[in-house]
Amino acid sequence: MTDTVLIETKSLVKSFGALRVLNGVSIQVHQGEALAIIGPSGGGKSTFLRCLNLLETPDGGDVIFEGQKINQKGTNVDKYRQKMGMVFQHFNVFPHMTVQENITLAPTLLKKKTPAEADEKALYLLERIGLLDKKDEYPRKLSGGQKQRLAIVRALAMEPDVMLFDEPTSALDPEMVGEVLDLIRALVEGGMTSVIVTHEMGFAREVSDRILFMSEGQIVEQGAPAQLLDHPRQKRTQDFLSKVL
Amino acid sequence: MTFTSVLQNIIKLLSKYWDVFLLKGVSVTLALSAITVCCGAVLGALLALMKMSPLRPLRWLVTAFVEVIRGTPMLLQLYVGYFIVPLMFPALGLGTFASISVALVINSAAYVSEIIRSGIQAVDVGQGEAARSLGLSKGQTMRKVILPQAVKNILPALGNEFITIIKETSLASTFFVGDLMTSYLIVKGATYLAFESLIIVGIIYFLLTFTLSKLVGAYERRLKQSD
Repeated sequence: MTDTVLIETKSLVKSFGALRVLNGVSIQVHQGEALAIIGPSGGGKSTFLRCLNLLETPDGGDVIFEGQKINQKGTNVDKYRQKMGMVFQHFNVFPHMTVQENITLAPTLLKKKTPAEADEKALYLLERIGLLDKKDEYPRKLSGGQKQRLAIVRALAMEPDVMLFDEPTSALDPEMVGEVLDLIRALVEGGMTSVIVTHEMGFAREVSDRILFMSEGQIVEQGAPAQLLDHPRQKRTQDFLSKVL
Repeated sequence: MTFTSVLQNIIKLLSKYWDVFLLKGVSVTLALSAITVCCGAVLGALLALMKMSPLRPLRWLVTAFVEVIRGTPMLLQLYVGYFIVPLMFPALGLGTFASISVALVINSAAYVSEIIRSGIQAVDVGQGEAARSLGLSKGQTMRKVILPQAVKNILPALGNEFITIIKETSLASTFFVGDLMTSYLIVKGATYLAFESLIIVGIIYFLLTFTLSKLVGAYERRLKQSD
């Protein structure tokens, strides 16, 4: 982890109708840091993550990525999203493309790579996750864990500066959680800046440098995994942890 | 009127007027339906895009159009086309067939636009989000991710629309455009064998739509397999 701030948010506010989902969230994510976000459902974790790459538009506050405020009119959001990989709870692999095409689509379409380079990179990534023999299959033939690993390398093919994980194991059968967590762990250990919304407390403890506890649209508490999970200071954190641990 | 005499009359009619039914009637009905569906699909796609545009007045306009078309009888729309279209474009010298076609296309476009819009909106929202999160633009996301998946929802529904149109073109016989139902009017007028003519025309309509619906069904099953 370095001192360079990669992503910063200042007083993010977001409402859906009358419901205020984010109520002034300010954080900094440093380059190379693995940040886990935990908290009760409906506490704003996913919405916050989706504000980082502007899949949700904040109603107020700033999202600053690599020194640039990106949530303002006239910003080419697509350009910044290319540097922010995202992994979804429900995988969202493209069912009408082969495994390999899933990976090469964005790099070739966005002219980041020639088709030959993109293919080479795709094969390398597939080899790494052990899905090389499935390269010409369609995603329907893959298991949930395989789909999620495909979704992760699809994002990696764009060579992003940060990876955003939105409950990446919540939709998986229990026996497939491990293989996906192993891949995320490998990425984090390789120095990939990561923001991980998760319900896997053990994983958050093991892999992250820092944990944020979010509830009711606010950061209630944050700290190093051992400190936050074992010695929570806030009442709300204690209540939550006593239910899930 | 016994069963045998009806059967004999049908055979007699078929041997004498088969060309009126099969050549003229069927070909005009199919041509009219094909024109309607093809042009209707293009116009309908345009309307669907307008309906999904961020511009509120545009959306409102399309909604109003669709509601008016769906809320008024097709026969009335055909009458309007029959009288209005030649007046609007006198220079083109459009005949009855063209005017009626225009009315049919406009009617079909309204229905097709809803088919296309719902086909696009039936694609999982997560697909678009995943594409956008990779940095694809709105247009790229539509072309490469949404539309290829929406087509699977849209094509079978378009096939069914084609079948509906084949039956609805029978209304065009009111204007004697030469479709299958017009064949019935012609033969009935010449022979006074209304019932027999109706049976012949009915069977032909049924064969057309039944074959087509089987084809659409087979196509639908093939699409399902590739899911």
